[in-house]
Amino acid sequence: MEQSVRRANFLVWAWTLFVLVVVYLPIACGALAGLSKSRYFGFPVAAWSTDWWTRAMASIEVKTIVETSLAVAGVVTLVSVVVAFFGALAFARYDWKGRRLYQKLVLLPIFFPQPVLGLALLLWFNAVGVQPSWTTAIFAHLVWIVPVVTLVIAIRVYGFDPALEEAAADLGASRLFILREVTLPILWPGVWSGALFAFLLSWGNFPLSLYTTGADSTVPEWLYAKMVAGYTPMVPAIGTMSTLAAASVLLVGGAIALLLRRRAALNAAPAEG
Amino acid sequence: MRSSAAAGTEASAAAPRKPFRLSRGALAALPVGVTLALGFLAPLATVAAYAFATPKTFDVFRSFTFANFAAVFDPSNTVWTSFVWSIGLAAATAALLAVIAYPIAWGLTRVFGRYAGFVSVLFVFPLFVSENVRLYGWTLFFLKNGVLDGTLKLIGLSGPEVLYTPGMILFGMLYVYLPFMLFPMTLGLAMVPRDLVEAARDLGASRLMIWREVELPLAMPGILIGLLLTFVLAVGAVAESKVLGGQSVIVITHDIEIAFTFAQNWPLGSALALLLTAIVSALSLVALSKLDLDRILGRR
Repeated sequence: MEQSVRRANFLVWAWTLFVLVVVYLPIACGALAGLSKSRYFGFPVAAWSTDWWTRAMASIEVKTIVETSLAVAGVVTLVSVVVAFFGALAFARYDWKGRRLYQKLVLLPIFFPQPVLGLALLLWFNAVGVQPSWTTAIFAHLVWIVPVVTLVIAIRVYGFDPALEEAAADLGASRLFILREVTLPILWPGVWSGALFAFLLSWGNFPLSLYTTGADSTVPEWLYAKMVAGYTPMVPAIGTMSTLAAASVLLVGGAIALLLRRRAALNAAPAEG
Repeated sequence: MRSSAAAGTEASAAAPRKPFRLSRGALAALPVGVTLALGFLAPLATVAAYAFATPKTFDVFRSFTFANFAAVFDPSNTVWTSFVWSIGLAAATAALLAVIAYPIAWGLTRVFGRYAGFVSVLFVFPLFVSENVRLYGWTLFFLKNGVLDGTLKLIGLSGPEVLYTPGMILFGMLYVYLPFMLFPMTLGLAMVPRDLVEAARDLGASRLMIWREVELPLAMPGILIGLLLTFVLAVGAVAESKVLGGQSVIVITHDIEIAFTFAQNWPLGSALALLLTAIVSALSLVALSKLDLDRILGRR
């Protein structure tokens, strides 16, 4: 029995590692292509060069699309975290009449194909006479990212003991004081993870941006345009840079999340005991 | 259990100022509600309105006709093949991903222990890299003189010509939508109490029997969410067929996009989009109405 369990565990590990290799293989291929000297990709890479990286860094066009992407992701993060914070309280904390219905409504945009949502939004903007630009893309991202962040924060809210808020209220604390001194510190790790998700999902989003940015362009969109027509190794080079940027945000953000969680656990321990 | 406890504390706290507390949940839900009403329901309503407008015009809200649907269902129109392709590819994606993700989800809940968090992050991260970049990586891999072909040439073989085929589109969908199966499934498997499995084993149940009679039924909500999510996302997917499929297959979202862009026939595109939306929402609403989200998400 013991041996068969060990064999099963080994197989599960082996399969998982194999799938992980497959998951990261195309990302590695992109990195290779961005570092090869020749204009057309061939393997094994005959001559290496960081030329395309330097060119990408110097390009003004690239600077503009990066700025657009950052602006979109930044605003999306701020707005979605605030909206989703209260959304998550309504989702998991308060008992109210429409809660069951609301929980399902929140999920609908996640359970919807994004390219179709993007096209529907384009039609809607046109119907109300709004010219699509990077600001409308912010709105489009929010439709999908607010529900995701709501779920991320809601998971944290489920583990939150409402008695803490009640106790503070019994001691005469005002509602704002409770929010600032009790609710927020406990939910902070969830809020932070939500912010991380919001930023990174917006940064990497392609299907919603494609139809809703109008004449402006985000990084994934620009890369797609170049893949279709006008490929140079600058395309995989910028793709790799964008991936590395996301990875560093995740790494730094994850480290902060761990710290916050540890601190929240420390703060909660005496209160619960 | 949780909801009854919450209801108790809520009721006792609500006693002194009842009218205010009653609407607190609704108040908190308001910003999300407004976002979704303006950004989700209103656009879909616009699509519905356009679907009944005169073909090849922009006469929305001023004309009402079934001509667009007649055009879609006209036997001489081959747009139905796009629907068949999309639904077929999506069904295959959901079914195959269930098999691919199950051992990994099982590992995340039972085997990986303290590595589980790190392994999850590794599976989440690709979601932050846009799918066209990742799919393009596969083109570089399978391309003539690409990574696979180039490696095989070193030992005197040559790579298979799989690029721009329907099979490659399916592969791309499996690749892109894996996390959307894996994480709901992991949540589902985490809901299976371990002592129940132990008890079944002590009573002499075989492994297959434990899996079929205990593990699978208890994990079903999570698995169902995974199946639903991967199906609805894949049925509307377009990047896979564009980047990896060449023009070998036109999926339904591609048809919709063509109607909206080159063809400038918004009413026809809207009719197609509305049909696709009907399929997606019928499935989602039926499945979601059966799920208890508090139980699935609350258990941590």
